[in-house]
Amino acid sequence: MEKKITLPISKEVAKSLTAGESVLLTGDMLVFRDAGHKRLFESIKAGKPDIDYKGETIYFMGPCPAMPGQVMGSCGPTTSGRMDKYTPYMFDTGLAAQIGKGKRSPECVQAIIRNGGVYFAAIGGAGAMYSACVTKVEELCYSDLGTEAIRRITVKDFPVIVAIDSKGNNIYER
Amino acid sequence: MKTADLKLLEEKTAQAVRFIACNMESSCKQALEKARNAEDCPTARFALDVMCENADIAASKGYPVCQDTGMAVVFLQVGRELKLDGDIYRAVNAGVRRGYQMLRKSVLDPVTRVNTGDNTPAVIHTQIIEGDKIRVEIMLKGFGSENMSKVYMLNPAQGLEEAKRLIVESVAQAGSNPCPPVIVGVGLGGTLEKACELSKHALFRKLGSANPDPQLNELEKYLLDEINKLGIGAQGFGGKTTALGVFIEKYPTHISSLPVAVNMLCHCSRATSFEI
Repeated sequence: MEKKITLPISKEVAKSLTAGESVLLTGDMLVFRDAGHKRLFESIKAGKPDIDYKGETIYFMGPCPAMPGQVMGSCGPTTSGRMDKYTPYMFDTGLAAQIGKGKRSPECVQAIIRNGGVYFAAIGGAGAMYSACVTKVEELCYSDLGTEAIRRITVKDFPVIVAIDSKGNNIYER
Repeated sequence: MKTADLKLLEEKTAQAVRFIACNMESSCKQALEKARNAEDCPTARFALDVMCENADIAASKGYPVCQDTGMAVVFLQVGRELKLDGDIYRAVNAGVRRGYQMLRKSVLDPVTRVNTGDNTPAVIHTQIIEGDKIRVEIMLKGFGSENMSKVYMLNPAQGLEEAKRLIVESVAQAGSNPCPPVIVGVGLGGTLEKACELSKHALFRKLGSANPDPQLNELEKYLLDEINKLGIGAQGFGGKTTALGVFIEKYPTHISSLPVAVNMLCHCSRATSFEI
């Protein structure tokens, strides 16, 4: 039986997780990827961040359009490594967790350890299955970026693996 | 002289795009199930279970298998006896545009990063062949795997031994990024762009099929074994299956060179072919 976790994730729960565990996430997460990060960082640089990500979990994903009967279209993870350059700053300024696919830079791992964060791996390519876990979608900003806009989604029993835990254990380095 | 039915080409292209977005290529699905049944590593087994379940959900509900519905890559073979009364590229792109209506639009200008809005243009390769038919091979290529592809211009002294080492190394370096278990397309010979084209075209072959060239067939088997010894496994979670197959195509090259291209494909092969 997989462990169930409610989002937003508390520091205590984040620190209790061990790399390799499979868990089911329920609650809210922010969703954006390359272009959303780029623009968010421009707003941070200008001193007026467009969203507040403190305590949040960010899922690196850009969905398909929803088919009739779907809340959200297919929505599996994209490669996290492309967001590595933004990640240490975000954990240092309050981000709780990230979800994506693939390994992370040593700087990201250090930021996760330093801040008691966690990095979850979702299963790449499993877009149809993940879409069935989404119960609500709200577009927050950058709608001109289409699939790369920033959204808040609510999920139920969203399956992931703990990929990098707060002690630095890393499933990609075994 | 028979006139090519470009309206039919557009229609069948649109149908193909819609179908393959939601239906993982059948030999790929079978290979994934086989890999799952053979897997002992629990995390890799979990990933393979999810991948197989996802392919079933996608096919039964008509949802895209993966949210990255890719960029359309089309290999056209056009019979030389056909009269082309219109723009064949426009017909293919019109089909791609219609096929992607309910799919993710991921194609944009490389400089301005402004999205084209309809996932066109497709990347289209054309060849003139005998006869009066048009043969179309179409793939929706995801870019998590495309980004991990490599090309090497080796010198003859480095030879096939170095090529083998680099092919395995490129899969090792890609790690979990291309959504393994991957399918590896290799182009040997030609020029820089010819090797790349071969490596892409190789990815249309069905898993489980033998290479008709016995020497290449042996090379494919050797490379698949070596790649599966890497231990990257499904999603980079470890285990037995890092690649489902290695496919090689070759073309004569220059006395000074050995071009080697490696094109990665994720575990969601979305490809088909048809003829009109």
